[in-house]
Amino acid sequence: MTNSIKEIEGMEVIFIIGSNTKETHPVIANRMIKAYRKGAKIIVADPRKVPMVRFSEVFMKLKPGTDIALLNGMAHVILKEGLHNKEFIEAKTENFDEWKESVEEYTPDYVERITGVNKDEIIKAARLYGGSRKAGLFYTMGITQHTCGTENVRAIANLVMLTGNIGRESTGVNPLRGQNNVQGASDAGCLPNVYPGYQNTEDAEVRSKFEKAWGTALSQKKGLKATEMIPAALEGKLKALYIMGENPAVTDPNTHHTVKALKSLDFLVVQDIFMTETAELADVVLPSACFAEKDGTFSNTERRVQRVKKAVNSPGEAKDDLSIIMEISKRLGYPMTYGSPEDVLTEFGQLWPTIGGITYQRLNKEGIQWPCLTKDHPGTPYLYKDGFKKPKIHFHAISYAPPAEITDSEYPFILTTGRNLFQYHAGSMTRRVKPIETHAGEPYVEINPEDGKILNIKDGQMVTVTSRRGKINIKARITNSVSKGTIFIPMHYSEAAANIITNDALDAHVKIPEYKVCAVNIKKAG
Amino acid sequence: MKKLKITIDGKTIEVPENTTVLDAAKMADIAIPTLCHHPKLTPFGGCRLCIVEIKGIPRPVTSCTTPVSEGMEVTTSNPQIEDLRKTVLELILSDHPNDCMVCEKAGDCTLQELAYFYGIRENRFAGERRIYEKKDGNPFIERDMEKCILCGRCVKVCDEVQGVGAIDFTYRGFKSKICPPYEKDLDCEFCGQCVAVCPTGALTGKQWTMKGRQMGVKEVDTVCSYCGTGCNITLHVKDNTVVRVTSKEDTWHEGWLCIKGRFGYTFINSPDRLKRPLIRTAPEGQSSPDPLSLFKEASWNEAFDLIASKLSGIKSKHGADAIGGLSSARCTNEENYIFQKFIRAAVGTNNVDHCARL
Repeated sequence: MTNSIKEIEGMEVIFIIGSNTKETHPVIANRMIKAYRKGAKIIVADPRKVPMVRFSEVFMKLKPGTDIALLNGMAHVILKEGLHNKEFIEAKTENFDEWKESVEEYTPDYVERITGVNKDEIIKAARLYGGSRKAGLFYTMGITQHTCGTENVRAIANLVMLTGNIGRESTGVNPLRGQNNVQGASDAGCLPNVYPGYQNTEDAEVRSKFEKAWGTALSQKKGLKATEMIPAALEGKLKALYIMGENPAVTDPNTHHTVKALKSLDFLVVQDIFMTETAELADVVLPSACFAEKDGTFSNTERRVQRVKKAVNSPGEAKDDLSIIMEISKRLGYPMTYGSPEDVLTEFGQLWPTIGGITYQRLNKEGIQWPCLTKDHPGTPYLYKDGFKKPKIHFHAISYAPPAEITDSEYPFILTTGRNLFQYHAGSMTRRVKPIETHAGEPYVEINPEDGKILNIKDGQMVTVTSRRGKINIKARITNSVSKGTIFIPMHYSEAAANIITNDALDAHVKIPEYKVCAVNIKKAG
Repeated sequence: MKKLKITIDGKTIEVPENTTVLDAAKMADIAIPTLCHHPKLTPFGGCRLCIVEIKGIPRPVTSCTTPVSEGMEVTTSNPQIEDLRKTVLELILSDHPNDCMVCEKAGDCTLQELAYFYGIRENRFAGERRIYEKKDGNPFIERDMEKCILCGRCVKVCDEVQGVGAIDFTYRGFKSKICPPYEKDLDCEFCGQCVAVCPTGALTGKQWTMKGRQMGVKEVDTVCSYCGTGCNITLHVKDNTVVRVTSKEDTWHEGWLCIKGRFGYTFINSPDRLKRPLIRTAPEGQSSPDPLSLFKEASWNEAFDLIASKLSGIKSKHGADAIGGLSSARCTNEENYIFQKFIRAAVGTNNVDHCARL
């Protein structure tokens, strides 16, 4: 997030696209509702009638995968009506004129045809967002988990640049992170192309800095992304995988393919708190400590580094991940000796000055939002106050292209996937919480009543959902939440795992899978 | 902002316009007892405990709903006010089950604390009581309506903060009651915000029952491990077990939590937790309804040796790039840092990623 969660309550306009905030980030939704009570106008764009729609001024129920058309359409209207921020565009951006031509064709009529959203709603949304200079835009995986994920984000960036809605308090772009420390894992360099602090592994100067700090030569070769490791394993190029706290057998798209890849490895180590579906495939399973059993820090979606404190001892002989990794590293001839988690953070801060001012002592009360460069730096509630890294930010012309898999007579429905309020991700934690399991322990597929009628499927009946990759049996939930022609399955339930059918087609730039759109067929089971 | 000068209990202070008398008193470090008031919710004036005398107004007024005005002279405590407060409390308690001995809220109950400060033991208003059956089938929230004092905090938080409106006041007079529509079972988002603001034992967590109250319970402030919001939570620990999760009002997210943060903690003590290193004994590819049967328990030394020798073997035979590591968005910054360092410096490859895309 470029803004802080607290700043949401000062926003005039809140534009939520591809985020079911009330179910996936409920406490951020609380802040949005607080803003709503103070008069903020909320725009929601989503293929499903998500709970935040109740508070919206405009709801655009778009067809899955048509975000670019919608965003370009809004930009078109903003330009036509002269609502764009000329000063900002002039001072801080480049390529505006060329880009402007690219959105010319995205008239409300044209966009209505692609997205299925009434053109009046598109115009209304454009006027609201374009008419405000204190607007916040929010998105999550509904934007990114597409083969055009990167382009979706660029289309968002264009809209933001067009209105200059960035770089001020309560004004900015806010991707909401889905996991407690996905921000921190990225910051810490658990990405194949960057060292800690997003420092490029291919930059010789950067590499030599890390070689010096770590006292060893480092590989010059580009690493594999998670979604590239799976095919590499199948091809026999990747022989061993060490997985710490992930469950790709449930969370990766096209499960059959993933499981086959994991089975084809010569050696698989899984370090986890439970015997997950992935751990079942491992050669060695190591029991680790959960968040309540260790000290450390998590970084939340607003870049706030916060203290995690040990409250209870781990069960049996389970150990914290830090001790386990240090021990194995030692046996591989590279001893790491840290006296405490704080020593690790100190080293991290020396190599990435953006968090250099953060110490455990300073984190006692509220946590600190990076950048925090020095020990007396208060942290940074919102980004780009003093402009951007580059002197001018670029307008990228982005055009709408259909998803990797489109519907046809054999697979006439669009499947989109996501989370629900009660369960969490692959469910290894929440599905072991009895009341949650009692209340929301059953997998289901959301089907529009009209489709239900045509297919003669009633609420509560079992149906078979099939794609080119696999099929699952699952209970039908007839609801207006989804539009005719679209169905939704939550990802949490391994007994009817949505990812058996999802498409593993990837975005060309960042290799994110297209979980949000694939073509399926539905039939009454039996 | 315009400032107004007022006098509270002889103390003159300046406060911003639109401040309530209750908040002004707080600024002057003068405590006024309250039951229905909650700083994050709109004022209600229902419990009448916060009454004060204001010069020029012939009867006591509720300080939580009265805004200050220039030159206001407020008396927060005198024998007459205290007598009225005590009477209000006695009336509330006349219809309250006297079962603090077994109540989950004992020790953390506003009503109990006020009864203690006002020394209420006998009740001159003892008489008819509201008798309700506890019959709510939801698995999260215990609703004991006999302990409800009708302060309305739960109704307000559900509407104002959560935007759900699952409950409201029904009936009138002595029969007044807070419940879901048609007195059905609660079926809501189960965020438990209502439980957090309830000043008595009317609303508690079902999972908390008989797990420990105050005595011997240690509180540890930490961060929720579910989504990326990073809410600050307090783990209540008894005998190495997390028995309850709460969040403090003065945290940056005002103490609000969701169902997973507040009620999704028992996985910590799940019997399914892995307790010892496991080494596969079943052939590759074999699966079983009891996955543990595919493995044998091993010592840490055995497991470490096996991993080190396998990884070294693969590295020398196929090169470091034949090895990959997947780190975790669930682990700490420190663990993630050390994991990628291990893959890069000890194994010698850039094949390291985590599930940011998944």
